[in-house]
Amino acid sequence: MMQRVRRFYENTPGQKAVVAVTGIILFGFVLSHMAGNLKSFLGFEVDGRHAIDHYAEGLRTLGEPLLPHGLVLWGSRAVLFCAFVLHIVTVIRLTKRNRRARALPYVGQREPATNLASRSMLATGIFLAGFVVFHVLHFTTGTIRMGSFEHGKVYANLYHSFQGGLAAFLYLLATAALGLHLFHGVWSLFQTLGLDHPDRNATLRKFAIGAAVLIAVGFVAVPLLFFVGALGEPTGAAAHVKDW
Amino acid sequence: MAIDLNARIPHGPLADKWNNHIDSLRLVGPRNRPLYRVIVVGSGLAGASAAASMAAMGYHVDCFCFQDSPRRAHSIAAQGGINAAKGYRNDGDSAFRLFQDTIKGGDFRAREANVYRLAQLSAGIIDQAVSQGVPFAREYGGMLANRSFGGVLVERTFYCRGETGQQLLLGANSALAEQIHRGRVNMYTRTEMLDLVVAEGRARGIVVRDLVTGEIRSHAADAVVLATGGYSTVFYLSTNARGCNVTATWRAYKRGAAFANPCFTQIHPTAIPASGDQQSKLTLMSESLRNDGRIWVPKNKDETRSAPDIPEEDRYYYLEERYPRFGNLVPRDVAARNAKDVCDAGLGVGASGYGVYLDFRDAIKQEGLETIEGRYDNLFEMYERITGENPLKTPMQIYPAPHYTMGGLWVDYNLMTTVPGLYAIGEANFSDHGANRLGASSLMQCLADGYFILPVTIGDYLSRHPRGEIDTSHASFKATESEVNERVHKLLSLRGNRPSTAIHRELGALMTDSCGISRNKKGLAGALKSIPKLREEFWKNARVTGSAASFNMDLEYAGRVADYLEFAELMCRDAQKREESCGCHFREEYQTDDGEALRNDNEFTYSSVWEHRGERAPKLHKENLSFESIELAQRNYKT
Amino acid sequence: MRFTLHIWRQESPAYEGRMARYEIDKIDPGTSLLEMLDTLNEQLIAKGEEPVAFDSDCREGVCGTCSLVINGNAHGGFTETTTCQVYMRQFKDGDEIYIEPWRANPFPVVRDLVVDRTAFDRIMQAGGYVSVHSGPKPDPNSIPIEPDVAGEALDAATCIGCGACVAACPNAAAMLYTAAKVSHLGLLPQGQPERYTRVRSMVEQMDNEGFGGCTNFGECEEACPKGISIKFIGQMNRDYLRATVCEPIERSGKMEAQ
Ligand SMILES: Cc1cc2nc3c(=O)[nH]c(=O)nc-3n(C[C@H](O)[C@H](O)[C@H](O)COP(=O)(O)OP(=O)(O)OC[C@H]3O[C@@H](n4cnc5c(N)ncnc54)[C@H](O)[C@@H]3O)c2cc1C
Ligand code: HEM
Ligand code: HEM
Ligand code: SF4
Ligand code: F3S
Ligand code: FES
Repeated sequence: MMQRVRRFYENTPGQKAVVAVTGIILFGFVLSHMAGNLKSFLGFEVDGRHAIDHYAEGLRTLGEPLLPHGLVLWGSRAVLFCAFVLHIVTVIRLTKRNRRARALPYVGQREPATNLASRSMLATGIFLAGFVVFHVLHFTTGTIRMGSFEHGKVYANLYHSFQGGLAAFLYLLATAALGLHLFHGVWSLFQTLGLDHPDRNATLRKFAIGAAVLIAVGFVAVPLLFFVGALGEPTGAAAHVKDW
Repeated sequence: MAIDLNARIPHGPLADKWNNHIDSLRLVGPRNRPLYRVIVVGSGLAGASAAASMAAMGYHVDCFCFQDSPRRAHSIAAQGGINAAKGYRNDGDSAFRLFQDTIKGGDFRAREANVYRLAQLSAGIIDQAVSQGVPFAREYGGMLANRSFGGVLVERTFYCRGETGQQLLLGANSALAEQIHRGRVNMYTRTEMLDLVVAEGRARGIVVRDLVTGEIRSHAADAVVLATGGYSTVFYLSTNARGCNVTATWRAYKRGAAFANPCFTQIHPTAIPASGDQQSKLTLMSESLRNDGRIWVPKNKDETRSAPDIPEEDRYYYLEERYPRFGNLVPRDVAARNAKDVCDAGLGVGASGYGVYLDFRDAIKQEGLETIEGRYDNLFEMYERITGENPLKTPMQIYPAPHYTMGGLWVDYNLMTTVPGLYAIGEANFSDHGANRLGASSLMQCLADGYFILPVTIGDYLSRHPRGEIDTSHASFKATESEVNERVHKLLSLRGNRPSTAIHRELGALMTDSCGISRNKKGLAGALKSIPKLREEFWKNARVTGSAASFNMDLEYAGRVADYLEFAELMCRDAQKREESCGCHFREEYQTDDGEALRNDNEFTYSSVWEHRGERAPKLHKENLSFESIELAQRNYKT
Repeated sequence: MRFTLHIWRQESPAYEGRMARYEIDKIDPGTSLLEMLDTLNEQLIAKGEEPVAFDSDCREGVCGTCSLVINGNAHGGFTETTTCQVYMRQFKDGDEIYIEPWRANPFPVVRDLVVDRTAFDRIMQAGGYVSVHSGPKPDPNSIPIEPDVAGEALDAATCIGCGACVAACPNAAAMLYTAAKVSHLGLLPQGQPERYTRVRSMVEQMDNEGFGGCTNFGECEEACPKGISIKFIGQMNRDYLRATVCEPIERSGKMEAQ
């Protein structure tokens, strides 16, 4: 098995495939994360809690009673974390190699066929990496405070954070970066995995645009609407916070 | 040294000669083959196929080319296709018919036995190429497609779009790459052969210059194979690549290998004319254009109107008028000659006055713009790219261009030159094409030589001699090496003010004029006087820059020009001696009343074989040709 | 026409290179860019200066020898054009033109504008062939090939090995070149027996030469004078994944009851 992995990971197309597969996992995550975030709009549920708080709680109890509390959550976190790290590590490896391959740039003016998204993959990626760290410290652990924070009160946390323009702006940037990253990434991964074909190319391009726009709009809506005040103050209804 | 012109043609009926011959050849056993070292100079179709085949048999091969990669040999440029007597078309084709067409096409100046063998082996070439992954055109059912080419009555030409040469070369090169990978071929790129080493009457190796470092060095071997292509660039402007040269074969000639039929050079009728004196090469346009285009020149010498504005009555459709039956489809040499004729008369068009119109106006009128455009799409695009003119709006301009050289080192049936142990294959030998080559037959000959003939015949020589007898420490190597060094330094000491390209251009103009499409006694005599003067001019007024021990393209080029300046003389001498017209060799004195080539079979049914004799004039030997299976007949295309 | 040329001059790999400036006049618009350089060289030689070294051979777009980056674009940035097919009428009178060599570490400069592309040959030697000896072979018609498939194989095989794809790729990746060869043979029945070993060894050699990795920029396709499509890169990736993930490591391995 190790031999196979080594054989596969030894060369650039294999490494690139790792970037693509981890990219898919990350994409899957952001997609569901976005869907989750949109629950901010759903208002209250029966027991008086914010839908999104309920959802956050639900994530922790997913799989119960068959599985122990939090297992699914932690399992997914582990997978995500590995994918994230692998994505970055592999990208660093490939980027180093690419830098080495072209020591001197051209003097003359190029007319590139690349697009903004493909050229800025590394930049958007690095920005995203920084953002994720910040973001986890912000919303998950509450280490970074931008407004008041309370575990489990997702809606309230969101509300308080995004009253400030700085936070909203930061999240807006992150969303833009993610959109750009996916604009190229989602198209590119089919090519990397050899799933492309001229017959499908237009569709793949549209799919990537769709994915990028959907994710970007879906994500940006939350901070934006909080910021402009379209989403109201959280209710006082105390959420039952379990240890997480 | 007396030269031995025994062609070693096997006995027996024509069809059995090759097989009988194989049976009688001595062989080298598989265990011994790795102990023999063979040098192959050239990595074109001939060189690559030979090197790969011999290495696969087990011989140790050293292969050389001057380009940066073996894949760039000029074979890559062949467009049209490759002939093979597969008989797939059910149209009566056979090895015999291909043989017959080749002999007739060559105007009865080729050796029957060799040509028959070529025709026999042709089918196997296609099989070989396909097995290597050459993607020949296929029909809907998946079978190989054919087209007809070069005015023959059967469809036997195999092709890959317009890049047959490239695909065949990539096939041969991939076989070569495999052998390099397996360590049986040492490939030396950017390495130019500058001399042949002969000791005790046998070829022992070569002296080369590493074009990157400038190092002059020797390579010894048990046999040397030259596959260095043709010498059309003696005309400066030709369809050949910039690097094509006569150096390797010329050096071999000076070391004792006889040179045959140097004056047999083929001029292709449809190339894009030279546009100015900065032009460095001519680009071929497919002959198929003549199917729909009408060729004409203005009737008046001082025509100033642009072509589309010239009315019908002021156009001279000279081919249609002179050859009413074939019109624009007359054979290559006739078309070429007539173009020169009208341009010499001052009717030519274009900047240089050496061009004629090829007009699609009437074809477009008849068949519609779309049909014609669809038919010649690529060609029109290529033309427009080069000239900036759209052939659908203004007529194309074309002019004949030197294209292929039938002459080369004389070889016997085993493809060995008059120097034992020195072989010549592909365009570099004097070949099976006689005085004129049929379209799509050169690729076939190169590959027959390389894949099938040489690998078998070379064993016969190798097995007769002890291997590794002489290495590069031998005095003959040292002597040749120092001659080469001396020559390089002599070139570098040239401190005049004329770049060698300028002198090459001058030589080219001279040769085009006096030894090109048509030749005459006076012109040739004049050229034989001018060439030595030009040579003198070169050695006096040329300028060669840079140093010996570096990458120096100026030096490379100058060396090639210097050889051409010697070779051109032999070419003219040969043309002068052959007082008949045959194939591409058109002597104005010898033509029928209708202006057709007039052969003189009684006196000239031979190959001219020239022997170098140092300072003395070269000596002409004759290899008489006899035709047993086919009747000597005059070509006739008027009726 | 007159031009101001900025040309990369570098005596040998050991020396630092620099851009040198030349003025040239009286150039016919029908002259090709290489012929303009020829003219410049003749002028330099007549003055006793060393000419600008550049590669070219066929000068009709098939041999893949010519290799100049013109104004930052490999082969000049015209569609499906090699350097030798660039004509001066495509520029404006008085233009400044920047001429540089292919820049990629696996293609070291030999001199001036000439680079060493033997890395490509080594990729080919690593597996770009069908292992067959010369000799009698089955009749090609015994293995029918759909004309479209033969055509697609030819689309890939038409690569002239010029290296513009590497020169143009921001990562200096040789994916298009390698993919073209892998796909050419991979599409044909003759290439099947070695299909998966071929892709692995060629890719490995490509990486060993130090070319960059592909991030699907598509610059290579844009610069390729033969219009070779990056779909072949996808095809090669597919074959590579298949070769490394699915193909057995050892065919002759044995199963033992556990
Ligand atoms: C534009 C064009 C189109 C053609 N179309 C067709 C066609 O459709 N069908 C057809 O049958 N024929 C065609 N021909 C003719 C045919 O292509 C050539 O005759 C044939 O390819 C010659 O092959 P070769 O192997 O003998 O020589 P080349 O392919 O020319 O190879 C010569 C080799 O020798 C090497 N070499 C030369 N000199 C030296 C030296 N001094 N030291 C070291 N190495 C040296 C070179 O590096 C090269 O590798 C065409 C020719 C041209 C020019
Ligand atoms: C939520 C986070 C992320 C997602 C959803 C994501 C997604 C993707 C996808 C789908 C690809 C395309 C893979 C391919 O073409 O094969 C990709 C490529 C890439 N990613 Fe990310 N990525 C994320 C985070 C990052 C981070 C943090 C970095 C920072 C270093 C990064 C850097 C890159 C780079 C440089 C590429 C290469 C571009 C290419 O090959 O086309 N990504 N990513
Ligand atoms: C722009 C709008 C975004 C909002 C409003 C948002 C909101 C949140 C909130 C509230 C949490 C905490 C959930 C909880 O504690 O249960 C969270 C967690 C997280 N978010 Fe976001 N997020 C946004 C964008 C992103 C983006 C772009 C990424 C990745 C690229 C991302 C990655 C994460 C991660 C990794 C976690 C931690 C998940 C975990 O704890 O397991 N988020 N996000
Ligand atoms: S793929 Fe295109 S650009 Fe690359 S080497 Fe081949 S022909 Fe040149
Ligand atoms: S430009 Fe480079 S990144 Fe890939 S698609 Fe072409 S090799
Ligand atoms: S010189 Fe041959 S492709 Fe340009």
